[in-house]
Amino acid sequence: MLDQSKTDKITTDLLRPIRLNKAFVLWMGFLGISLVICLYAYTLQLKNGMVVTGLRDYVSWGMYISNFVFFVATSLIGMLISAVLGLSGAKWAAPLARIAEIIALAFAAVAGLVIISDMGHPERLMYVFIYGRIQSPIVWDITVVSVYVVISALLLYLPLIPDMKICYNKLEKIPKLNRWLYKILSLNWNGSLEQEKIIKNSTRILAILIIPVALAIHTVTSWLFASTSRVGWDSTIFGPYFVTGAFVSGSAAVIIAMFFYRKNFKLQDYITDLHFDKMGKLLVLVSLVYLYFNLNEFMVPAYKMKKFDAIHLNDLFAGSYALMFWAVQILGLVLPILLLLFRKMRKPLPITIIAIFVIVGAWFKRYIIVVPTQEHPYLPIQNVPLNFKIYSPTLTETLITIAPFILVLIIITLLSKLIPVIPVHESIHQNEETQNEN
Amino acid sequence: MSEKEEKPKKKSRRDFLQNIGLVGVGSVFAGSAILAGIKYDKKKTPGARIKVLTAENELLEIDKNDTTKVKITKAEDLTLLQKEGREGIAGKRWVMVVDLSKCKNARKCMSACQNAHHLRPEQHHINVLKMQEGKNTAPFYMAKPCQHCDNPPCVAVCPVDATFKRPDGIVLIDNERCIGCRFCIAACPYSARVFNWATPVLEEEDKNKTYNVELNVPQRKGTISKCLFSADMLREGKMPYCVSACPNGVYYFGDENEDAVTNGTTKETVRLKKLLEENAGYRLMPELGTEPRVYYLPPKNRTAPFQEKDKSEAEEHLDNNKD
Repeated sequence: MLDQSKTDKITTDLLRPIRLNKAFVLWMGFLGISLVICLYAYTLQLKNGMVVTGLRDYVSWGMYISNFVFFVATSLIGMLISAVLGLSGAKWAAPLARIAEIIALAFAAVAGLVIISDMGHPERLMYVFIYGRIQSPIVWDITVVSVYVVISALLLYLPLIPDMKICYNKLEKIPKLNRWLYKILSLNWNGSLEQEKIIKNSTRILAILIIPVALAIHTVTSWLFASTSRVGWDSTIFGPYFVTGAFVSGSAAVIIAMFFYRKNFKLQDYITDLHFDKMGKLLVLVSLVYLYFNLNEFMVPAYKMKKFDAIHLNDLFAGSYALMFWAVQILGLVLPILLLLFRKMRKPLPITIIAIFVIVGAWFKRYIIVVPTQEHPYLPIQNVPLNFKIYSPTLTETLITIAPFILVLIIITLLSKLIPVIPVHESIHQNEETQNEN
Repeated sequence: MSEKEEKPKKKSRRDFLQNIGLVGVGSVFAGSAILAGIKYDKKKTPGARIKVLTAENELLEIDKNDTTKVKITKAEDLTLLQKEGREGIAGKRWVMVVDLSKCKNARKCMSACQNAHHLRPEQHHINVLKMQEGKNTAPFYMAKPCQHCDNPPCVAVCPVDATFKRPDGIVLIDNERCIGCRFCIAACPYSARVFNWATPVLEEEDKNKTYNVELNVPQRKGTISKCLFSADMLREGKMPYCVSACPNGVYYFGDENEDAVTNGTTKETVRLKKLLEENAGYRLMPELGTEPRVYYLPPKNRTAPFQEKDKSEAEEHLDNNKD
């Protein structure tokens, strides 16, 4: 009997956030208005051309591409938590899997839109499919990102099927349309052993499949740069350098989301201090690996100081990008690693603040990777106006860069109001297991 | 059967009228057919036969009345130009030699190029740079067009085949195809490419022109533009715009297959190999493996000194260098 009451509590707790409240409406209204403002900026770009941005012939990839890299990077966390940790049997990560998948899906799906905002002729996007050349890393990127979005969506959906049935059964006061949706999405789930087995096996196959695909999306994204001869991009470690960096920003994103859900959805019993502690340790681990790659990426050329490497590195270490570079490395990487070594810093509030520093640092790190090298091409930049020599983003460009963030927030908000962010069926299952053990 | 045959064959008044109607309609048809036949025969008057040359180079004779004038519509013309533009000029391997010892920074090449390709003042298909390699080495002027690499990094990365390498060595851009991703700009180590960030300067004037891929005019907002070795001029058997505009004899242009290049100013034709050998010709950044089709002759025994006012700009690139 105790068992049943516990199950009921879990169900009630986890389904509680699925309702419309004032805060949600206000938040969505705010996001909606902000999105409209940003989309207006995009219409200016469509109308007047990309002259509205700070981009010019020498620095021709700027905030949009940095943003694209950041979005692809952050989406990789879905693979790390639900696939790598899941397959290796780390039980503590199970309640976080769905949060990670929501983040993965939202960021990966929006990454595709980010790249469109960087195109001079977005209406010709179909040309990539019609005239696509297999030699171009852009074609590889579009292929793997699409596959990743599909697998991520499936990986979010499959474990959700039993929960959809629970939602259908328990949530009786919601609009008819929503109940109907839950019913359709639950695919006649009846909890039989056979169905359990199908879901378990197919989730497992997807979890294995997503590992190479996730590695591919960020490796290929890094090759957009590494396939050129530019100083600072022409690097053989760019693939793993990007992948490890991706886990840093993704882990930070999950920590921030955990904090928000725990507080607003009152999930203190489900997202516990233990989860923050474990995520803190995970963040330290991936940050250390990333720091190691940073050391390689900057130390090796800095030791030799070849002519053009020297120009680039001087600008990063002591030149016009020095402040940004050191802030990113110290505030966004070294200090978080050091602080998170202490148990007290892995408590929900401090770790969330640290995670915010990490994720902001991660965004600027992409900017540092993308922009500065283009200001130092092999041949001098001459006979052009000053704004061709130094890149400074415009307001319009900034608004267009913010738009994808708003979209991601809208997707995450909507999803977390439609589906339980902590797997209900699995939580009940785990609860039964622990009770049986006792 | 037998019953039917026995039936009397009465013709009613109605049947009669019907038959009259049929005959009437029939005769109208017949009459018009005869008239049409006469008309057709009239067309066939002898002497109106003409000779035509088919696309297969076959000479045929055909009645003039059977011909219809081919009206080249804009779309057809565009397809033709794009087809030609991709095929290049058969049998040629275009090559340019830039003699740095003769460059006085007159910049006639730059303006001729910008005029021909309808570029903005800050857009350079060819750019005369003030170069200085090291603190103790002499500054010099260096004209830099697209290097038309035989192993072009820009072509490799293009996702839609908008920029392509022709058999005659020229790298072109088709702005009807370009999606504006600017991956080629990122990939080009020579900074040879420009983008139409804003509305092109002569957009209004060029509005009704058919796009010529060998001239890249009309320029189009949101697409790449680049040096074309003046492919349109080469098709007419003329020198590139920059080459013929130079007053100082900097440029040689010609065909590698013929081993002959002609100076754009003096019109003197010389052996390419001999010119490169005697003057120690070299290419830009050969270590990148791009195999440029533009050769440089070193700035030795210059015809004019490097101007004092340009020295600081030449040193700028050096300053960063902390050489």
